[in-house]
Amino acid sequence: MAVPEFKALTPSDAETALTVGVADQVAHMLDFTGYFKLLDRASFLYDPRTSGITQAELKFANWTTVGAELLVTGGVQVQGGELILEMRLFDTFKGKLVVGKRYNGRIEDQRAMVKRFCTEVIQALTGNAGVFNSRLAFASKSEDKKEIYTCEFDGTNVQRLTNRNSISSMPNWSSDGRHLAYISFVGNSPARIVVRDLQSNLETVFDFPGTQIAPAWVPGRFELSATLTIAGDPEIYLLTGGGKVIKRITYNSGIDVDSSWSPDGKKMAFVSKRAGTPQIFVQEMDTGRIYRVTFQGQYNTQPSWSPKGDRIAYSALEEGQINIYTIDIEGNRPIRLTYNQGDNEAPSWSPDGSLIAFISNREGQSRIYVMTAIGTDQRRLLVLPGEQSLPKWSPNISP
Amino acid sequence: MRRNVWLALMLVLIVPVMMMTVSCAKKQVQGETAAPAAATEDEAAKKAAEEARMKAEQQRKEADAMAKQAFTNDDIYFDFDSAVITSDAQILLRNKAAYMRSNANIAVQVEGHCDERGTEAYNMALGERRAESAKSFMVNMGIDAAKISTISYGKERPVDKGHNEAAWAKNRRAHFVIK
Repeated sequence: MAVPEFKALTPSDAETALTVGVADQVAHMLDFTGYFKLLDRASFLYDPRTSGITQAELKFANWTTVGAELLVTGGVQVQGGELILEMRLFDTFKGKLVVGKRYNGRIEDQRAMVKRFCTEVIQALTGNAGVFNSRLAFASKSEDKKEIYTCEFDGTNVQRLTNRNSISSMPNWSSDGRHLAYISFVGNSPARIVVRDLQSNLETVFDFPGTQIAPAWVPGRFELSATLTIAGDPEIYLLTGGGKVIKRITYNSGIDVDSSWSPDGKKMAFVSKRAGTPQIFVQEMDTGRIYRVTFQGQYNTQPSWSPKGDRIAYSALEEGQINIYTIDIEGNRPIRLTYNQGDNEAPSWSPDGSLIAFISNREGQSRIYVMTAIGTDQRRLLVLPGEQSLPKWSPNISP
Repeated sequence: MRRNVWLALMLVLIVPVMMMTVSCAKKQVQGETAAPAAATEDEAAKKAAEEARMKAEQQRKEADAMAKQAFTNDDIYFDFDSAVITSDAQILLRNKAAYMRSNANIAVQVEGHCDERGTEAYNMALGERRAESAKSFMVNMGIDAAKISTISYGKERPVDKGHNEAAWAKNRRAHFVIK
């Protein structure tokens, strides 16, 4: 894919100042998806700034020759405080316009416009909405305090969500992105589940005796599963978003924890020690059937059900190292995604199922990384002080 | 009237004795000379008994402090991914039960902790199981379950931040706190 510098349309100095920046933003965003190989601008034969950015003005042979199967051109116009961006995606082999958009907004809306265009591009090429309107929530620990943070899909715009000055962890988004559940220690009490309404910022703290662990929203419903120790033993319960028990899900002495739901909300993956070591199981809600998914290794935890529903990502502790695998939902064909790069854990799928966020200590500190669903293009998402853990990717949330 | 005189005399005698026991040797000499001439052998015996009592009290306090220290400092340890009470841990828990029996008014919180290996949620559950195992053992030893609460910190609060087996072994623990 080629994304040459954009053209200043008037042209004015205000526009010229933006031509590289906007083109770079588009290139970075599309590059983030892992679907494309972005070509070096130095290899281009033709500069759309000098002649034109439209189909009639472009010679596609100039682009196929340098290896660009896809071409993005753009024009920048600034009028007063208003920014107009004109962006097009071409299939150079077919010589065809795939996406053509024109956005009007304020100067500061630039990133939002670029996101909308990139969403159109991914929608046209893959048939899904991509990741550009998603965020990640995660925990970050400094000086024995752990707080919940969020950032945009690409690690930008980091915001601290909690200020409880204790240990807050295990964030989990509701499937509409409106609520975030997490656990927090308050005073000398065991960990409590907190549900934050992200629109009103009001919080509900759940009230059950014992420890409350790893809340996981059921897709499409204001319900979540979580491990409670009401009965002394850690068991998974189905709860309302307001903190009432709907029913107990697991009945087994020993640990049951760490649930993750299939996208249709009909099956729940979870970790159980019922077979002697922590392994991943699936329970079908309608039939009550329970089956074991992982058989390889002695310590398999952190199941994360893919948005397409076909695979479960998880963390396997083997020979002192944790690595990420995916496996199909019946427990066949485990595929290892990380190798020989420290510990790699806590996988979480992007809303389109194309990427997996995870934690790695490959550079010393525990930080958030992203890779494609098949393990390629592993890269660090962001640098923050302290140690990050448990990233959870949100659904796409309309801006 | 007669009774009040005796009371006054007792105070005259006892106050210097008390001073003697808490003051240094030099002052003790002064104390003796300051004691009324009425001091008899009987009084000397009383004084000795009192000193012995104070000493015993002191020793008891020290023993109590040590028992209390042992109660809160002696963590019980677990094997990797296990909440089973080991034989070493049983000895410590028996001592803790004895302490709770002789200090019937205290309530305790048992903290379950894990080493850094493995994952957060699983370790949070494992820490809970460890605290519960320790509590059950104590309850089986006759301690009132209502006097023992549990809390799991999972792997959030290691005592040793090292990344080796020696550190991990110290971190896989149940820790008793007197509330």
